[in-house]
Amino acid sequence: MYTERVMKHFKHPKNQGKLKNANGIGEVGNPTCGDVMKMYVYVENGMIKDISWETYGCVAAIATSSVLTTLVKGKTIEEALKITKDDVAKELGGLPSMKMHCSILAVDALKKAIEDYRSKEATI
Amino acid sequence: MRVYLDNGATTKVDPVVVEAMKPYFSEKYGNASSLHVFGRETKEALENARSVLAKKINAEPDEIVFTSGGTESDNIALKGLLLCEKCRGKNHVITTKIEHPAVLNSCKFLEQNGFKVTYLDVDKDGFINLEQLKKSISSKTAMVSVIHANNEVGTIQDLEKIGGICKGRNLIFHSDVVQSFTKVPIDVNKYNLDLASLSGHKIHGPKGVGAIYVKKRLFVCPFMHGGGHERGLRAGTENIPGIVGFAKAVEISSEKDVERMKELRDYLIEKVLSKIPKTTLNGPRNNRLCNNAHFTIDNVEGEAILFALDEKGIAVSTGSACSSKSLKPSHVLLAMGRKKEESHGSIRITLSKFTTKKEIDYFIENLIEVVANLRKMSPLYKKI
Ligand SMILES: Cc1ncc(COP(=O)(O)O)c(C=O)c1O
Ligand code: FES
Repeated sequence: MYTERVMKHFKHPKNQGKLKNANGIGEVGNPTCGDVMKMYVYVENGMIKDISWETYGCVAAIATSSVLTTLVKGKTIEEALKITKDDVAKELGGLPSMKMHCSILAVDALKKAIEDYRSKEATI
Repeated sequence: MRVYLDNGATTKVDPVVVEAMKPYFSEKYGNASSLHVFGRETKEALENARSVLAKKINAEPDEIVFTSGGTESDNIALKGLLLCEKCRGKNHVITTKIEHPAVLNSCKFLEQNGFKVTYLDVDKDGFINLEQLKKSISSKTAMVSVIHANNEVGTIQDLEKIGGICKGRNLIFHSDVVQSFTKVPIDVNKYNLDLASLSGHKIHGPKGVGAIYVKKRLFVCPFMHGGGHERGLRAGTENIPGIVGFAKAVEISSEKDVERMKELRDYLIEKVLSKIPKTTLNGPRNNRLCNNAHFTIDNVEGEAILFALDEKGIAVSTGSACSSKSLKPSHVLLAMGRKKEESHGSIRITLSKFTTKKEIDYFIENLIEVVANLRKMSPLYKKI
């Protein structure tokens, strides 16, 4: 049911773990099935210099977390925010239709992390 | 290494069973209804098989009706009520919250056709409450249907006690014994059963063959109308190779295999609970199917465990929401009072007579690694 690329990210996840110097953190829960995803970003000069994630969820949730971080690392915040769940699914060679909601989770967690960064920036 | 620990889903057909089936494809291929020798030799095989099954559950041979499997048998038992003479004027069925979908969805169909269905609660280990059963019975009650051994968590209900209650109230008593058959002794007379659903592929027989025990003189509405096969209850040329294989599987089942599975299962449960922190066993320690172990592993998701083990060649199953088409957690675990999160990290391991200790050790070794890996990725684990 999963593509080879999904399984590759599941087996060898990229950018997994906490980020010590994170200046933006976003956590979202999946109301459908109860999973949790957390994104850590380190932003410098409007660019995502570093990013990592922690996920409690299915294969698709783990793979989308991993692939999303590879897509946005080194990009500007604006570029990163343009990435949609479909981009994530495409990068994985497709997701089963009932697993599309897992890719929304990753995109939302990233958005929240960037919002968190921006709100902290604004208060400085 | 490939390790199959999903025998609750289906089992390997025993090579002895395959051998027994072989002649019935291209040598003894007659229609059991034909009068000539080709027909007579398959008829003989059919009736032998019927006797084997009957003997195993202490029934008469003509109380066994062959079907296409457990699902069909459950459907016949439940939907048969719609046209049942014994229960004319009655429109109430009592069943449990932890039935197989074949029973649950047949009950839904009955509800759409004017029946009322009571779904009995279960306790934390999956047992029904006999007092609740008694209280649920009314003058409108036609049938009580209770699964013998639950297919997810392995809880074995006390059919003798339930049957006793039904007998006193003149109710039809059905049980889905698909998982318990050959693993737990079944005596249809002692249990006062009127109907029981059986399946071949859970006991090292072939897929697509099953049977239903129908007590003498009980009228069940035929499902298939046709040439009057199987006492007119289930028309259609009989699946002789399948039926022969099913009976052979029953014949070679043994108490020794059950004991061996039990020992291995207890070894596995002990190891998993002691080696993996924050793990609980779902279902009872006693009165549990000899080949079933079912765990909740905190802070990891079941589907992820399943695929990570799959990568190592190990096959298990899960009741996690993420793994189901409906994205709903297992109805059995919820009925047992498990929280949504708890069903999330659930895995079911089901052994067979072919399972070895070496395979169990390989499984445990890999499960430890897989869980540690997934917990490392989980934002929840470290919070605790
Ligand atoms: C308890 C129970 N009932 C019924 C069935 C259905 O049996 P079959 O696959 O033969 O239709 C199964 C197996 O899936 C089962 O475990
Ligand atoms: S996170 Fe539950 S289905 Fe993917």
